[in-house]
Amino acid sequence: MNKIKRLLGLVWVLLGPAIIIYLSLIAFREIGSKPTTDTIIQWSVFLLISLPIGVGLVLFGWFAMAGEYNHLPQKSSELDLDETKDNR
Amino acid sequence: MKSTEKNQIWKVIGASSVGTLIEWYDFYIFGSLAPVIASHFFPKTDPTAALLSTLATFAAGFIVRPFGALVFGRLGDIVGRKYTFLLTLVLMGGSTFAIGLIPGYDTIGFFAPVLVLLLRLLQGLALGGEYGGAATYVAEHAPIEKRGYYTSWIQTTATLGLLFSLGIILLTRYSLDTDATRSVALFNDWGWRIPFLVSILLVGVSVYIRLRMNESPLFTKLKEEGATTSNPLKESFARKANLKMVLLALFGVAMGQGVVWYTGQFYAQSFLENVCKVNFDQSRTILIWAIVFATPFFVLFGRWSDRVGRKWIMMAGIAMAVFTYRPLFSKMENISHTENLNIVKEDVKTIALENNKDSLQTTIQLLNDDAGIIVTKTLKDTIKVSTQTIIKGPTSTSKELPTEKYWQIVLIVALLIFYVTMVYGPIAAFLVELFPTKIRYTSMSLPYHIGNGIFGGLTPFIATLLTTTYQNDVLSGLWYPILIGGICLLIGTVYVNNKIDRDIQD
Repeated sequence: MNKIKRLLGLVWVLLGPAIIIYLSLIAFREIGSKPTTDTIIQWSVFLLISLPIGVGLVLFGWFAMAGEYNHLPQKSSELDLDETKDNR
Repeated sequence: MKSTEKNQIWKVIGASSVGTLIEWYDFYIFGSLAPVIASHFFPKTDPTAALLSTLATFAAGFIVRPFGALVFGRLGDIVGRKYTFLLTLVLMGGSTFAIGLIPGYDTIGFFAPVLVLLLRLLQGLALGGEYGGAATYVAEHAPIEKRGYYTSWIQTTATLGLLFSLGIILLTRYSLDTDATRSVALFNDWGWRIPFLVSILLVGVSVYIRLRMNESPLFTKLKEEGATTSNPLKESFARKANLKMVLLALFGVAMGQGVVWYTGQFYAQSFLENVCKVNFDQSRTILIWAIVFATPFFVLFGRWSDRVGRKWIMMAGIAMAVFTYRPLFSKMENISHTENLNIVKEDVKTIALENNKDSLQTTIQLLNDDAGIIVTKTLKDTIKVSTQTIIKGPTSTSKELPTEKYWQIVLIVALLIFYVTMVYGPIAAFLVELFPTKIRYTSMSLPYHIGNGIFGGLTPFIATLLTTTYQNDVLSGLWYPILIGGICLLIGTVYVNNKIDRDIQD
């Protein structure tokens, strides 16, 4: 299972920018075909929110590839231990 | 559990649920009354007002809600749950009441849409802060073995808030005059303000109840030990160990929950009205009945999750949605499909247009089909006097379903909401167990509001976009929830744990 988690991580890393690029293309097409205020604001908001989501998906995939999800912490103390380990 | 403790937990659930229900009610009445509000505050003739209208729609739902989750989540982890979600309730109730008082664009001009926009943004901000607080507060009072059950009462509030808003709107719409047409006209004129003004009474009662409640015992303990955090935002999102759990909550559960929630309740209603052409009243009462039938399952699945774990119930709900959306929506379209229409009655009215010699001809046709569906067609054509020709105008169609077909559709929508209950019932307990007490409010609020507000809130827009792009397939709008639900199902199945975290006191 851990191997699948790591391998799928690559899919999420690639999916993040793919979503941003795909949405940008649709946004330009939609604004180009109907350049009204409504369309511009609507698609600008969509693009604005897709950026952090895309970045979040890349980070999620990155963590998965690094094996961060092989074991999920069950207690807060484990979160603290993880942090200490990272800081070393 | 002793009876005094039992009484105490029900007080906690009651105080939290009523307030959260009112917040959802406040948020939904604006959405449900959007066309009426637009006619009073955002006239299409004024481009700036139209711009503010678009901002009110998109900014409140997509940007301000997650922002509210951050602002109030931070506050809740620093000063406590009780005062934070008391503040969100007052903010929401005050904004809703104020919207009901604002004079129209005709009276105060440009200030009207600006004020409405500001108040709508405050509503979004307050909603962003409410849910995490209420869920955390109840979970931190609940005994370990009943955490899913008790928090599931909070989970009923979003759907009941929608039910409540639909009910109040329909009730007000038809109770302002004995003549139904006149009553609707009065409602569109000033009666729409009543559902907004009613909010202040509900909020007043809820604030009174919440003021009498104590702070969460876990947060109080943490505060006494001096173990609260001074910067929950940094701890939640700048620390890798916690950030990875926030991302897992978002992509593994919350985004799937968002699309299932919005498709089952909002897109289903929009599909009935715009694709199936079911009339205004029936499309709303169908949703009301479906909510009534399905709501008990929130509690049932919450309770069940205490025994079998949260993950598989939520994943099963998402999977059933992904695999059955197309056949179920196709069935609704088939049920409302009409064949062999016969004209029963035709009423033609012609009025002279003010600015020229042409006339507007309105034809209202009443038709019925073999299966008993009554169709009302309204055609608005312009008669050109100069050329003696008729220029075809817009045609609108609405259908009145016979009893049997009506209940068949109620059953399908109830099934769609049943999926919602599977995903949404256990999610509060799941999110609470994922994060430590000192950053719980902040950490669980953000993925929830991105999942529900953004991924879910986008459903009607993306679905409509897909439907207009691929016009040959009336079900093409469903690809968005199916795709997002499918990705979430894969991530949730592979990465999320089914283990119940018994100890949330850390």
